[in-house]
Amino acid sequence: MTTKLFGQAVQRVEDDRLLRGQGQYTDDLMPGALHAAVLRSPHAHARILAIDVDAVLDVEGVVAVYTHEDLVGAMAEPLPLLIPHPTLTHGRTQYALARDEINYVGEAIAMVVAVDRYVAEDAVDRIRVDYDVLPPVVGIENARDGDLLVHDDVPGNRAARMEQQVGDAEAAIAAAPHRLSLDLQVERSACMPMEGRATLARWDTDSRRMQVWTSTQTSTGVRAAVASKLGLDLGQVDVITPDVGGGFGVKIVHPWPEELLVPMAARALGRPVKFIEDRREHFISSAHERGQLQHVDVGFDDDGRLLGLSVQFWHDNGAYTPYGLIVPIITSTQLLGPYKPDNYKVVFDSLYTNTVIVTPYRGAGRPQGVYAMERTMDAIAAYLGKDRTEVRAANFIQPDEFPYDHGLLFQDGRPLIYDSGDYPASLEKLKALVDWDDFERIRDEARAEGRKVGIGIACYVEGTGVGPYEGGHVHVETSGKVKVSTGLTSQGQGHQTAFAQIVADELGVPFEDVEVVTGDTRRSPYSVGTFASRAAVMSGSAIALAARKTREKVLRIAADALETTPEDLEIVNGVVQVKGAPGSRIELGTIAVLSNPLRYAFDEASKAATQFVVGDPSKPPVAEDDEPGLEGKDFYSPPRSTFANGMHAVVVETDPETAEITILRYAVVHDCGNLINPLIVEGQVHGGVAQGVGGALYERMAYNEHGQLENASFMDFLMPYVSEVPKRIEIDHLETPSPLNPLGLKGAGEAGVIPSAAVFASAIEDAEGFPITSMPISPSELFALRLHHEQKLQEGPHA
Amino acid sequence: MSTDAPTQTDPDTGEDLHDVRLHVNGIVHQVRIPGRRLLSDALRHDLGLTGTHVGCEHGVCGACTVLLEGQPVRACLMFAVSAAGQELTTVEGLAAPDGRLGPVQQAFKECHGLQCGFCTPGFLTTITAGLRDNPDPTEDEAREMIGGNLCRCTGYQNIVSAVCRAAEIARLEPSEPLEGEQP
Repeated sequence: MTTKLFGQAVQRVEDDRLLRGQGQYTDDLMPGALHAAVLRSPHAHARILAIDVDAVLDVEGVVAVYTHEDLVGAMAEPLPLLIPHPTLTHGRTQYALARDEINYVGEAIAMVVAVDRYVAEDAVDRIRVDYDVLPPVVGIENARDGDLLVHDDVPGNRAARMEQQVGDAEAAIAAAPHRLSLDLQVERSACMPMEGRATLARWDTDSRRMQVWTSTQTSTGVRAAVASKLGLDLGQVDVITPDVGGGFGVKIVHPWPEELLVPMAARALGRPVKFIEDRREHFISSAHERGQLQHVDVGFDDDGRLLGLSVQFWHDNGAYTPYGLIVPIITSTQLLGPYKPDNYKVVFDSLYTNTVIVTPYRGAGRPQGVYAMERTMDAIAAYLGKDRTEVRAANFIQPDEFPYDHGLLFQDGRPLIYDSGDYPASLEKLKALVDWDDFERIRDEARAEGRKVGIGIACYVEGTGVGPYEGGHVHVETSGKVKVSTGLTSQGQGHQTAFAQIVADELGVPFEDVEVVTGDTRRSPYSVGTFASRAAVMSGSAIALAARKTREKVLRIAADALETTPEDLEIVNGVVQVKGAPGSRIELGTIAVLSNPLRYAFDEASKAATQFVVGDPSKPPVAEDDEPGLEGKDFYSPPRSTFANGMHAVVVETDPETAEITILRYAVVHDCGNLINPLIVEGQVHGGVAQGVGGALYERMAYNEHGQLENASFMDFLMPYVSEVPKRIEIDHLETPSPLNPLGLKGAGEAGVIPSAAVFASAIEDAEGFPITSMPISPSELFALRLHHEQKLQEGPHA
Repeated sequence: MSTDAPTQTDPDTGEDLHDVRLHVNGIVHQVRIPGRRLLSDALRHDLGLTGTHVGCEHGVCGACTVLLEGQPVRACLMFAVSAAGQELTTVEGLAAPDGRLGPVQQAFKECHGLQCGFCTPGFLTTITAGLRDNPDPTEDEAREMIGGNLCRCTGYQNIVSAVCRAAEIARLEPSEPLEGEQP
């Protein structure tokens, strides 16, 4: 009997070659390709008066140099605004190469192509640009003030104002027995995959095809962008996603200027060209996220139950809005978490600043929303003198209330309806896991020893698996090997393993016989991409459906061959056999042979399918409603998102003198529906938590008033090493299957990072006894807060 | 140093080229490269050993770590000409002679110590050297061992486990010398 693989901690099939140094990342491909280097703006805001590239041409080894003047047709137009929205009244995008104005340090101005990167960089240094430097807008407050403008024709720097409400929040707050207001702040961070952006393109002059290998999360998106910008037919463009060294959002299709310029140059020069970003470029010319200012007004009853919640926030979208309003829309809707405020109003402004663009980073606006809500929950608990978990429990949507309709529109333009979950059960699990009820004693004992410890909690709900669709294609070869393709891409999530587990189960074949390809438009031209924790839900479901179709065909052909009915057959270990009579059997590979009526026998096996051997001479060899070959294809398109959820708790110790923050325990309860592979899911949680620790305690984008990013290197941007992450991440799973998809899946990719800022703020506040309203928080900031609060105490109640 | 004086000029770039012998994973490669060619680039682009990855080009992330005479070094902070004549070990040299994964590689696979795999080669080389010096690390020593390498995917949890597991595997197979060990 074949063992069911779904749910098993199967070791990854990806690992062997990656561990041997045989991974194939973009820069590993096509040695000998020309290299591109980009001249980037040194100013945050300036007009370009003149560009002189003459000196470049003197550099030996330079093949071409491009500025905006050299771009033609659609390439000379601004980059696409990918996700329009009616409230995005002032959407702006940049040019592939700046035309007359630059709006952030790092914006692309010119591109040099040379024999290698060294020479290309030498040449970039020779380009002379005359700038009329303009005052930059840096920071959300300055953007909101609107005294200086990023774009002359965008008053108040406001790209969009969006408002949603259910009930009457203001009236409910006014009538509530208790009211609180909070002002909160979250700073920028960034994805920081270990591999930066990378694109390689080859124009095949013989077949007139463009082939692009790019480190992307969305192969089909890049394909469409390249075709439309270069004036090629979609059918002429292949985008192949090689190994990708991490994504976390920044490799979603934007499209990056270089993803278009490199194919353009490859075609013009008739030679392969690659662009491999360096780390400084990644800091100043890819994307950031998280920066928001928030104001919360809340009204609640004696139990801490929300009666009305009104939130206004200001979102820093950077210099341009290629990705629309996705991040702030997610903040504004996912803020609600597992709670039901009944009366809710949210208004946000999406504001321009002269800084790097803001597009989704793992969590994609949720960390900020959870932060706002969870800070509010803690504030209510503190106000009422209640346990923080009690206040949360009083507001939970109950298990019998699913599906729960919030009455709002989510990021996919569909109603915000939670499909499933059991928040009270999750909370009980978390409290048990972290010994919540015993913590008061631990805190008191520590205090008696002169130590400061605190515990924090944060809950979240994460809309995952957004549409519109993904596809799966399953092909059984005559060898019995199963080749699977799905169009979304992989950046380390173990898709090849998890999807092979699904196919092995559905089809009844050995796991080793299944090979999965992702992100290759030659195999899967219709696809959306990897983001929003959607890969398992979307492609996992599509592949399962495709495998079921394949299975149907297998059984139909086998039933003919074995002169029985499909119902009497089973597939075990790649062999179709009659139930209860395993002697009557046929190999899957043989069925593949039979599925394809042949004229020629290319090998021994295919003789069985030639015209004088099989088939009823009175019927067409391929029936009218059938196709040759043993393949199954299907798409999965969900009615709406599915909602994973979880709760984190952290115990921290803050040094009474230095204010250093140490993590003593970190606990996670996580509900992503049915688990395909717990090893992979836990790995995703670990990685998310580590990124969350970075975002809560260390990482920030240190822009100075001139719009210069002062910490644009790994020396100064403090990404966690092993010494910064918890020694153990204690994880417990709750599995409430989603009713929306065939496997009961919910996404897991972003979960670990979502509640981090909230949970650390909660714990540090608990240890210190004063409110934490700005994240991330460094020891020196905590130290300053201590001084501030001590001073306030000394000044007395009238100060 | 066995680097010769410039012998030739690159016809494409006009740069002076040096003839250098690079000893990598027990094989001697003769290359003709400019003096400014980083060791990481020479390994990747001149020798085609693309397992060594470049994550930051300023020596912080550790993805490009290779063993130079058995010691971990950042290949992005060193010119290839400076490595002439010295024994280098890259990730491609960590498997056993019979092709099986080496202990550190095997442990990473068992413990799910990698996700995207980009930082992994630097961890593997670093840990290989670390376990040679300390074959039986405590968990804290395992953390110390990997304390100079960045990973953005795993949160390091399973990498720490993999260090301990690799030590265990190496103890179970004492006949397999760890790569980078000098005879």
